[in-house]
Amino acid sequence: MKIAIASGKGGTGKTTLSVNLAVFLSETYKTNNIVLIDLDVEEPNSGLFLNGKLISSESKYRMIPKWNPEKCTLCGNCQKVCNFHAVLKLGKKIAVFNELCHGCYACSELCPTGSLPMVKEKMGELKQFEVGNINFIESRLDIGQEQAVPLISQTIDFVENQFDDDSIFIYDSPPGTSCPVIEATKDADIVILITEPTPFGLHDLKLAIETMDELKQEYAVVINRANIGDDSVEKYCKERNIQIIAKIPNDRKIAEIYSKGELIYKQIPEMKEELKKIGKYIFEMKNGEKR
Amino acid sequence: MKEIVVISGKGGTGKTSITASFAYLGADNIVVADCDVDAADLHMLLEPDFAKSEDFYSGEIADINQDLCIKCGECANVCRFNAIPIIDGQFVVNQLNCEGCGYCARICPVNAITNLDNNVGKWFISTTKLNSIMVHARLGIGAENSGKLVAKVKNEAKRIALETKKDFVLVDGSPGIGCPVVSSLSGASFVVIVTEATVSGLHDMKRVYELVKKFNLKAGCIINKYDLNLDVSTEIKSFLKAENIIHIANLPYDESFTRAMVEGKTIVETKKDKNNNLKSIIIDSWNKIKEETN
Repeated sequence: MKIAIASGKGGTGKTTLSVNLAVFLSETYKTNNIVLIDLDVEEPNSGLFLNGKLISSESKYRMIPKWNPEKCTLCGNCQKVCNFHAVLKLGKKIAVFNELCHGCYACSELCPTGSLPMVKEKMGELKQFEVGNINFIESRLDIGQEQAVPLISQTIDFVENQFDDDSIFIYDSPPGTSCPVIEATKDADIVILITEPTPFGLHDLKLAIETMDELKQEYAVVINRANIGDDSVEKYCKERNIQIIAKIPNDRKIAEIYSKGELIYKQIPEMKEELKKIGKYIFEMKNGEKR
Repeated sequence: MKEIVVISGKGGTGKTSITASFAYLGADNIVVADCDVDAADLHMLLEPDFAKSEDFYSGEIADINQDLCIKCGECANVCRFNAIPIIDGQFVVNQLNCEGCGYCARICPVNAITNLDNNVGKWFISTTKLNSIMVHARLGIGAENSGKLVAKVKNEAKRIALETKKDFVLVDGSPGIGCPVVSSLSGASFVVIVTEATVSGLHDMKRVYELVKKFNLKAGCIINKYDLNLDVSTEIKSFLKAENIIHIANLPYDESFTRAMVEGKTIVETKKDKNNNLKSIIIDSWNKIKEETN
């Protein structure tokens, strides 16, 4: 069972929900098959709320071409076949601009003399932690690496190989509606969209819903900071028959607990009540009572 | 002409609300660029008229002509992005996965594959409710945010600012540290980092500042919700000091920001006496930023 927690707008509570839900589920259902994965590789935050024990750490790489001048005839085919202008023939040299390369292999495989072998370039770090009986995976993009998608995709592969299919996977996804979010949510069984009841929240929720519809993905909504703004998110969901599974109250105390990197539900009973609703929703789906 | 870029690392720290306030304060001397093309919100506070709209094309996408295809599967073989699955016995392009590298089209033995221009969204030149010019965009659903649309928005804003002799281009950036952020940072005269006094606010601003440093840009910081956690605030301040980042202002935790947003207003437009303090801090911040760019 794969649950992706996403949102169009940033800062609406994706990480708060992901970490609180993961720990709540593992404690309440006494299960040891909860896997929490931080896929917001540009700015991974889940780990700040979890006191985990590091189990393993590995560098993650992407493949880019590297010029080997020995046999190169400077025919310029590499430059011709690169749609991203990442390979240029400059005088008597071939220059590769790593940050422009998408790793399609065309220049390398279509080079008549094999002068552009693909080599590994480090793009980030994947770490595995144990937090109580939760498995927590965090991937972190190196600063200066511009493309999040390859690291997100490798992280999902890692997780799927490492853990039982029967596990409950919680993906803390990146914000927005473009490629990184799509990569993080496309294989999920359900996407929980968390938003806040404000004009910005509603606007970005609509974008996120359009994206999920495009992916033909199932989704439900959680409202965070309920009552801080207006009722337009609720109205919108009602009109479109979108299920609102929980409403996390607006409370300065919650913001203060969050600011310290602590879990909300252990101090705020109302938060625990809302997590129970989400837990119930997830287990009903898992047991096939929904859909 | 100076270019001020507002970023945050973490989402939801108040970047757009603060940018909109600056846009209000600097109205007739500013061209605004909303470079958060992925989840653009600034228009809700500045009410642009979408007067000029243009499609934006970036890169290509493969298209297989089924009448010519001999089903040899070479295209799917060379594709590194799993973008050519077999559906109902036909090789088809998964548009969300296709990166537009064109490798498949090059090796297709019967030339059944063509590359089509990829429409990734729309961009607009508008007049706002403040009578200022705003350049903004809307990335298409599922389109790749490669930073090219961001660059387009920024460059148009710059061109207009130069032509109309405005002193500032004010850029609202996107969260994160990837392509769109890199693209919005390039050429900045001054970077404003809006963070919040939370462990994640601190963590994320440190990461995005690493990027700012790589570009050798001058930066300042606004600590939003500074009173939420005074220990973290202190930690942020020592980081600013150590890195020579200008501490522009502290803003208190205040739900008036949200109330103003619900009314479609920037905080500096609201009349309530209670907000005077927030208002004056933001006015001071804007003046400080203007001085720093001189």
